[in-house]
Amino acid sequence: MDWATILPVVWFFIIGFAVIMYVLLDGFVLGLGILLPFADDEHQRDHMMNTAAPIWDGNETWLVLGGAGLLATFPKAYAAVLSALYLPILVMLIALIFRGVAFEFRFKAHTSRWLWGVAFSVGSVLTAFAQGLILGALVEGMPLTGGKYVQGAFGWFSPFAVMTAVAVVFGYALLGATWLILKTEGRLQRIAFDLTRPLMLAVIGFMLMVSAWLPFLDSQLMERWFTGAHILWLSPVPILTALNAILLWRAVLANREVQPFVLALCFFALGFIGLVVGMWPNIVPPSMTIWDAASPPSSQGFVLVGAAFLIPAVLAYTVYSYRVFRGKVLAGEGYH
Amino acid sequence: MPTAEFLSRLQFAWVMSFHILFPAFTIGTAAWLAFIEGVWLVKRTDLWRDLYFFWLKIFAVAFGMGVVSGIVMSFQFGTNWAGFSIVAGNVVGPLLNYEVLTAFFLEATFLGVMLFGWKKVSDGMHFLATCMVSLGTLLSSFWIMSANSWMQTPAGYTIRDGVFYPADWWQVIFNPSFLVRLPHMVLAAFISTAMVVGGVSAVYLLERRFVDRAGTMLKLALAFLAIVIPVQIVIGDMAGLKVREYQPAKLAAIEARWTTESSVPLALFAWPDEEAEANRYAVEVPHLGSLILTHSWNGQVRGLKDFPRDERPPVKIPFFSFRVMVGLGLLMLALALVGLWRWKRGTLFSGRWYLKAWVALIPSGFIALLTGWWVAEVGRQPWVVQGLMRTTQAATKLPVGSVLASLITFVVVYIGIFGAGIWYLLKLFRDGPVPAPQRGQPATPVHGSHHRTPARPLSAPDDPMGD
Repeated sequence: MDWATILPVVWFFIIGFAVIMYVLLDGFVLGLGILLPFADDEHQRDHMMNTAAPIWDGNETWLVLGGAGLLATFPKAYAAVLSALYLPILVMLIALIFRGVAFEFRFKAHTSRWLWGVAFSVGSVLTAFAQGLILGALVEGMPLTGGKYVQGAFGWFSPFAVMTAVAVVFGYALLGATWLILKTEGRLQRIAFDLTRPLMLAVIGFMLMVSAWLPFLDSQLMERWFTGAHILWLSPVPILTALNAILLWRAVLANREVQPFVLALCFFALGFIGLVVGMWPNIVPPSMTIWDAASPPSSQGFVLVGAAFLIPAVLAYTVYSYRVFRGKVLAGEGYH
Repeated sequence: MPTAEFLSRLQFAWVMSFHILFPAFTIGTAAWLAFIEGVWLVKRTDLWRDLYFFWLKIFAVAFGMGVVSGIVMSFQFGTNWAGFSIVAGNVVGPLLNYEVLTAFFLEATFLGVMLFGWKKVSDGMHFLATCMVSLGTLLSSFWIMSANSWMQTPAGYTIRDGVFYPADWWQVIFNPSFLVRLPHMVLAAFISTAMVVGGVSAVYLLERRFVDRAGTMLKLALAFLAIVIPVQIVIGDMAGLKVREYQPAKLAAIEARWTTESSVPLALFAWPDEEAEANRYAVEVPHLGSLILTHSWNGQVRGLKDFPRDERPPVKIPFFSFRVMVGLGLLMLALALVGLWRWKRGTLFSGRWYLKAWVALIPSGFIALLTGWWVAEVGRQPWVVQGLMRTTQAATKLPVGSVLASLITFVVVYIGIFGAGIWYLLKLFRDGPVPAPQRGQPATPVHGSHHRTPARPLSAPDDPMGD
C-alpha cells in the first residue's frame, strides 16, 4: 500500500475525531443554551453560562479544526459540501456568532442583559438545528455531478434532515442537562435532573427512528450493516448503545452526578461511530470516496507530521484547563 | 442584476474587513497584557495590576468578536470560493490547518485560564497563560500571512490538470513576499493598539482621571511608537520593492501610472480615469516616484498600459487607500516625534491640543491597517493567486438569491453585533482602569453568608450589576 492509499484513511479518522470532539464538547455548551429557558431566573441563567465560560472557546475550536482540516486534506469534499449546504451553513455561522458574543456581552450589559440571554439561547438552538440539517443531508447522501452539487439552494431539504435536526437539538440538550448535573448543586441541579429523564427518552426514541429510517435512504448508508458477515463484527456498536441507554437511565434515576454526563457522551459517540461506519469509505455519500476527495500525500503528509505532535499537545493543555476549572461551579462564581 | 460572483466578493470584503480589525487589536493587546503582567510580577504595585485587569476586559470583548467573525472566514472558502478550495486547497489548506493546530487552540484554551484563572492558578502560571495567548496570536498571524503572501507571490508549487500541488513546503511558506509582509502586518497591529493605548490615556489626562495610570500608559505608547513607526516605514518600503518585483500591475495601480517611464513623479493626489487611461487633477512631485519606488533618481516604473485590460486591477481603490495609509502613517510619526520633543521639555501632559491630537488619531492605526489590506487585496485583482488563477475561477457557482440573502444577513448582523461590541468597548474605556481585585479577597464586600469569589476579573468593584 502506498501513501496515497493510507493517508486518506488516517485523515478520515483524524477529521472524524475532530468532529466528534466538537459534537461532544460544544454539544454540552450548546445544550446549556437550549435549556436556558427552563431556568427559574436570570441568576440561574448566569450560573448556567458560567459553568462553561472558561472552556467554551476551546471547545468550539474543534469545529474550526474540522473545517480547516477538511480543506487541507479533502479539499473536494470541503468545496462540495459547504457550497451545497450554503443556507444551513449560513444559519449555523450566524447562530454561532450570537451564541459566542453572548458569553462576553451578557456580562457587560445592564438593561439589555436578558436580550443576550435570548441571543445565547436562540443561537444555540439554531446552531444545533442547522448542524442536524447538515448531518441529515450528509447521511441521506448528496449526489454530485462532476464534483458539484446541482440540486439548487434547497436540495438538501427533506423530512429526514428535519428529523435529524430536531434530534440533534434534543441530543445536545441531553448533554447540557447532564453537564449541569455534574457542575451544579441544589435547585439548578434538580432542574437538570428533571429535564434529563424526558430528554433521555426523546434521544433514545430519535436514535431508534433514525436507525429504522436509514435502510430506506438512497445513500446505501446501511448497506454495510447488513451485507455478509459485517453485522457480526459491527454488532458491538448497537449492543453497546443499548447497554449504554440502560446504564444512563439507571444512573439518572439513582441521582448520580458524574455518570450521567459520561454516559451521555458515550451514547453520542456510539451513535456517531454507527454513522461513520455506515459512511465509510465515502466522505460525501453516496459516491465521493475519501480517495476521490483527498489532497495529495505531499499535503496530507505535511499536515500529519504537525498533527502528530500538536493534537496530543492540544489535548494535554485542554485537560489542564478542565482540571483548573474542575469541581462544582457555585452560584455567583465566575463572571461577577 | 449583479452576479453571484460579484456578491460573493462584496461579502468577502465585508466579513474580512470587519474580521481583520479584531485579531489585529488582539495581537496588540495580548502582547501588551503580557508586558503589563510581566512588569507586575516584578514590581507588584496596584498600578500594574489595575492596568492588567482593565486591558484584560477590553481584550476579552475584542477576542470574542474576533473568534466569531473568524469562524465565518474558515467556512467562507468552501461556501463561496469552492473553485479556490479545489484548485489551491492542496497548498493553502495545510497552512490554515497549521494555524488552527498551533494557534487557535492555544489562544482559546489559555484565554479561559487568563480570564477566569486568577484565583485558581499561581502568578507564574497565570503569566504563562497570558504569554501563551500572545504567542497564539502571533503564530496565527504567521500562518495566515504565509497563506495570503503565497496568493500574492506563489512559489514552491507545480500545476497539474489546473490544480496546484505543493512541491516544496519551505518555498511555499517562506514565499518571496512573506518575510516582509508578516512583520508589516504584525507591526501594524502593534501600532494600532498603541494608538488606542495612548489615545485613551490622553482622554483620561484631559478629564484628569486616573492621572498616574494614564501618564504611564501614554509614555509607554509614545516611546513604542517613536521606535516602531520608523521601522514600519522601512518595512513598508521593502514591501513596496517586492510589489514592484512580483506584482508590477499592482504597483502601477497604487501609483496610478499609465505609461512605462523613467524618472516618474509621485502623484500626491489625482483622479484616475480608467476609461481614458489617464489621471485628472493630478498634483505631482517630480522624480519623487522614482526615488521612492526604485530608490534611484531616474528609475523606471511600469505603467498599466503594459498590461492587457483584463489583467489590470481596479485603480481607484488601491490608489486612494494607499494614500490614506501612508498619510496616516506620517501623521502618527509626527505625533510621536512631537511627543518625544514635549517629553524632553517636560510638557508632555500639559498641552491640551497635543492630547486632543492623540484622541483624534485613536482610530488612525486601524484605518491605516484596513486601507493597507485593501491595497494588498484589491491590487492583486483580477487574480486570486497572482498571475495564475483568476478570482472568477475561484467563485462558487451559486444561485444569486442565496448569496444575496447571505450578504444582507451578514451586513445586518455585523452592524448589530459589532456595533454592540464596540459600544461595550467604549463603555469599558469610559469606566477606566479602576482598582482591580486583590488575590485571595473578594472583589466586592460580602454580604450574607454566601461567600462570593469572583474568579473573573471582568467586573470591578464599581460594577453595578452582579448583586
